[in-house]
Amino acid sequence: MRSKQNKGDTLPNQYGRLVAPVSLEGEPEVLSRSEQTRNSRRFAVDLELSNHDVNCFECPKNGDCQLQSDAMAAGLFHTSFHGKRQPVGQIDHSNPFFDYDPAKCILCGRCSQVCHLRQGRNVLSLSGRGFATKMVAGYEGDFDSSMCESCGNCVSVCPTGALTAKVHQDYRKWETTQVKTTCPYCGTGCQINLVVKNRKIVDAEPANGVANKNLLCVKGKFASYKFVTSGERLKKPLIKRDGEFVPVSWSEAINYMAERFGTLKSQYGPDSLAGFACSRSTNEDNYVFQKMVRTAFGNNNVDNCARVCHAPSVHGLGITLGSGAMTNTIADITTDVDVILLIGSNTTEAHPVIGAQIRQAVQHGTKLIIIDPRNIDLVKNSTLHLQLKGGTNIALINAMMHVIIKEGLADEKFIAERTEGYEAMRDLVADYTPEKVAPICEVAPEDIVKAARMYALADKAPLIYCLGVTEHSFGTEGVMSMSNLAMLVGKVGRPGCGVNPLRGQNNVQGACDLGASPFDFPGYQKVGDPAVQAKFEAAWHTKLNDKIGLTETQALPAAQTGRIRGLYIFGEDPMATDPDTNDVRRDLENMDFLVVHDLFMTETAKYADVVLPGLSYAEKDGTFTNTERRVQRVRQAAKALGGVKVDYQVFSELATKMGYEMAYDSPSAIMDEIAQVVPSYGGINYERLEQNSGLQWPCRTLDDPGTPILHVDKFTRGKGLFKALPYQPPDELPDDQYPFLMATGRQLYQYNTRVMTDKTPGIDQLAGRSYIEMNTVDAQKMGIKDGDKVQVSSRRGTIQTYAAVADVVSVGSVFMTLHYHDGNANVLTNPHCDDIAIIPDYKVCAVKIEPVAAPVDSH
Amino acid sequence: MAQTTQLVLTKRFGKLDPVFDLTAYQGLEGYGGLAKAVQLDPVAIMADIAESKLLGRGGMAAPVGDKWQQVAKAKGDTKYIVCNANEGEPGTFKDKALLAQDPLAVIEGMTIAAWTLKAKQGYIYVQGRYPELVATIEAALQQARLAHYLGQEILGIPDFNFDIEVIAGGGAYVCGETSALLNALAGQPGRPDSKPTDPTQTGLFGAPTLINNVESFANIPVILRLGSGAFLALGTPEAGGTKLICLTGQIKHRGLFEVPLGLPLTDILNGAEYGGGALNGHQLKFVHFGGQAGAIAAAADLDELTYSYEALQVKNLTIGSGAIVVMDERTSIIDYLTSVAQFFMTESCGKCIACRLGTLRIYEMLQRFQQHAGVPGDLTYFEHMVDHVADQSICPVGQSIGNPIFSAMEQFPEEFKKTIDWQAQPKEEVPW
Repeated sequence: MRSKQNKGDTLPNQYGRLVAPVSLEGEPEVLSRSEQTRNSRRFAVDLELSNHDVNCFECPKNGDCQLQSDAMAAGLFHTSFHGKRQPVGQIDHSNPFFDYDPAKCILCGRCSQVCHLRQGRNVLSLSGRGFATKMVAGYEGDFDSSMCESCGNCVSVCPTGALTAKVHQDYRKWETTQVKTTCPYCGTGCQINLVVKNRKIVDAEPANGVANKNLLCVKGKFASYKFVTSGERLKKPLIKRDGEFVPVSWSEAINYMAERFGTLKSQYGPDSLAGFACSRSTNEDNYVFQKMVRTAFGNNNVDNCARVCHAPSVHGLGITLGSGAMTNTIADITTDVDVILLIGSNTTEAHPVIGAQIRQAVQHGTKLIIIDPRNIDLVKNSTLHLQLKGGTNIALINAMMHVIIKEGLADEKFIAERTEGYEAMRDLVADYTPEKVAPICEVAPEDIVKAARMYALADKAPLIYCLGVTEHSFGTEGVMSMSNLAMLVGKVGRPGCGVNPLRGQNNVQGACDLGASPFDFPGYQKVGDPAVQAKFEAAWHTKLNDKIGLTETQALPAAQTGRIRGLYIFGEDPMATDPDTNDVRRDLENMDFLVVHDLFMTETAKYADVVLPGLSYAEKDGTFTNTERRVQRVRQAAKALGGVKVDYQVFSELATKMGYEMAYDSPSAIMDEIAQVVPSYGGINYERLEQNSGLQWPCRTLDDPGTPILHVDKFTRGKGLFKALPYQPPDELPDDQYPFLMATGRQLYQYNTRVMTDKTPGIDQLAGRSYIEMNTVDAQKMGIKDGDKVQVSSRRGTIQTYAAVADVVSVGSVFMTLHYHDGNANVLTNPHCDDIAIIPDYKVCAVKIEPVAAPVDSH
Repeated sequence: MAQTTQLVLTKRFGKLDPVFDLTAYQGLEGYGGLAKAVQLDPVAIMADIAESKLLGRGGMAAPVGDKWQQVAKAKGDTKYIVCNANEGEPGTFKDKALLAQDPLAVIEGMTIAAWTLKAKQGYIYVQGRYPELVATIEAALQQARLAHYLGQEILGIPDFNFDIEVIAGGGAYVCGETSALLNALAGQPGRPDSKPTDPTQTGLFGAPTLINNVESFANIPVILRLGSGAFLALGTPEAGGTKLICLTGQIKHRGLFEVPLGLPLTDILNGAEYGGGALNGHQLKFVHFGGQAGAIAAAADLDELTYSYEALQVKNLTIGSGAIVVMDERTSIIDYLTSVAQFFMTESCGKCIACRLGTLRIYEMLQRFQQHAGVPGDLTYFEHMVDHVADQSICPVGQSIGNPIFSAMEQFPEEFKKTIDWQAQPKEEVPW
């Protein structure tokens, strides 16, 4: 390489190349430009090799390494240098999921860039100078001592063997194939490549999905596949005989179920049976399941776990806007928006990849307003945090609307042209002055004014909310107050705006869409509407029950009154998830005949008469619908567990045995039937899903590209409906006996009942036990220290757990996650329900806390 | 320092006690430049600076007037004034001297810039390893604030609001590079950007930013006070003013001198009021100009040369920071270069592979030459290595390592050849 020196400067700049190379051993070779380029590359590779632990056989990245391929392209396999090199073998094993070997790091900086710019975490950086430059986590300790949350995105982008998943030791790239599918955890709908060796999943990599753009969270990256091959999987149908589960053949199990359900049906009438569908399973399974309940069981007692999370969104937004779903897309509400109004969503833990995209938006200048009783992680990135008292959100939103109207910031044109019911709402909120509401919510009145102005004055401002709004005894009203607020300022039906509930489960949107609801046939077509009724009777060739069914939260207690006698639970665990566990136990014990169909022997399954093994997302084909209404493919990656029937076949066979004949060749055929009966899925089929990155409903015809933004020119229901919603205090408030207000929620590492996450050992290493968050002031008053064991009681039960003392919750409030069987928060929660969506009030109940004397569990 | 030339930068040195005594500063024409500036239109001030032909004193030697005009033209209501005081390399100490002896002159220069460019905030980025210097600047800023030369409504002029903050950096040489400096100021790691941006348009926090060296700013009040013609007359027709030089090495008088641009180099090296010639009984051998990144000349070649930008350019030499390191015949060029390479190796920020590891390999090769352990082919290998490092680095730190090395190879080829055992097994072909 002989390059030119600086030329053309009027005066010399010494910080550049003043002097040409000098050859002291003969004339220099004259090289062509391509030879110069080749030599430059060879020099760079030579330098890298001179400080790299070249140990390819042992290295997990062998065959998939940028340095290896660069070296090959350069034709250089040994370094020509003999100088100083960094020590080898100083590997940081401290993270439970991945290892860091600095001797394999080429300091490309991709890890720190993804950490800073995509994940928004600023954990990784290049420290030091010159030869001592090193990629470090946090303040140069090991990963374990840093703020790293193990999202693994650095591992995914590392081009060499420096950052490698621990599971990668066991395979090499060339032995594997990748299957692109949809992540089975939250509703974000991340696309994920499952790495398969010998038909077994050995690792997971992010894929470039529309919702995740190559990011994954700790669960998607590291905990999305081990449970599939867990030895604890149910493998055979089991029938309980004399209190013991006995393995039986599929035909015996199906015959037995048909007989028992059939007997109950003829003895007590069709309304005595119920089925809970599974919002973790595919659209196709859910469609067939609800069809089985509506045809073979002969009623509408079918529901899914949206009942305990976002049913109020389905009902509330259905009532006010006409579609119970997120109005805009994830990319739309996190890209180039001015303000994000985030209400009751701990996004970075419950929807981590959306949380990361919110942090990216803030990095790009978006102002974040958070309304949340807890000092959640995103508060660090926010401009304004209204730390309201739990359960006072309607009062707060009314006060914000009061300010907007008073200051003339309402969008009068939008209100006049596109909405109805405004006057009643306006008259109601006239009383909700910030001064009056501030003491109710325990926030400063000027912050209410500030939030209202920021939101109203922003050009693009999406409203994003989650279970902090819905899981209340007034959850549906809370949701409708969201649409009130957005419509008041005309921020619906526009890019970068909208009302955006973040759905909790991978396919809870799809389960709701496809009729796992006592109120709706697939596609939110109303039960009891004669035209709908006739349509489905014609499509399914049978007479259908026109009575609205029971919700989950109604069906379970109905066991104690004898109204429900037989129940088929597909992939749910109400013993863990439903409020007042002790009462749920009585419900299950009172059930005449209970079938539980699941991957594992859950708490609920222990009470069943028949337990059926199910297939996981990685063993089946199908589709999930994510929170932004995007229908995406789920593809079989692993060999299905031997002897386990495909779920929809089980439903078909049971229905057939019970007298309604059903059979499907493939999930694709089921989707074709869905497209026939559900107008908003009318243009969706597997061929189109292959070609597109999913399709967003409504997608009515084969040439409909899908609908990213709802309600653009007109609302689904015609005019948007304002609702006058007075604030009412929650059902159960703290008193002298139970002085703390407790809310429940989720955390990053575990997923819901942990039935999938706890099969990955590293997850439990990071988040293995239940805890109750308390404010430092309360804890000190009671002599409780961080990590102390405490006893928590409500009017419904008592549990023991560990105190997590900090300033995350305010004084007088406490918080527990819903994940743990040991220290189950739902023993305490209040089953009192919202009267529209019938959702329990998980976010407010009254508890008392007592220190537990030694001996302290050393766990 | 018994000098006969007109001193403009160092004339208050030793006459202020304490150095931030603002009244004493005013008594010695301090703030005369600002007083004049506020009578003038910004366009006229910039024209003055352009006509004075003040070249950037940090080493880049870019016309200061151009930079000011670019910032003035840049769109944006917020503009910043940054004083690059990140001086910190062997043989250069003139910025520290200015800030330690006459800090208000630099502050006055920055304030004139703020007046001209309508900036509200300025920063002085100085290495944190000089805590006393930081304290001196802070004290001077405080005096200026008390006297309403900084803060709100400076000199009682409405809307003339400007203040300066001192930022004590981590001590990296690379932070003298503009993008690294701006990154460090913004709280980011002090490493250069891969893609160059023009700080006059997109500088600190994305706003148009004027970055000038300490000595450049100290010259601004002088230009306004004397007028551009008189300032230009201090130097050469191509570059006005005087220059602070840092004379070190094997020479009689070492230290800081203010010289008019265009002075014969022999005066600087041998004149009684400057270098005073070689140490007794020795002969000057070579001179390293401009700082570690500059080029090396044989002392014998300098007889006809004047110390000016344009004269040095002819010989591929630079004024740079004003450092002049002089060595006599006792010093081996290889030994000297080894310590220069060590500097580059230590100060490489680590971002570019070529600089991070390449400077280390250059240093190791020079150590091998020191031990006369070279083999045939090593000199070509070495030449290619240095060339690749200079070529593949994104910032001046790596790019300029060829300047001292290649100039030395050109001047003293025999010394390099002597490090090789010509009977040894020749090296295989250079792989790159």
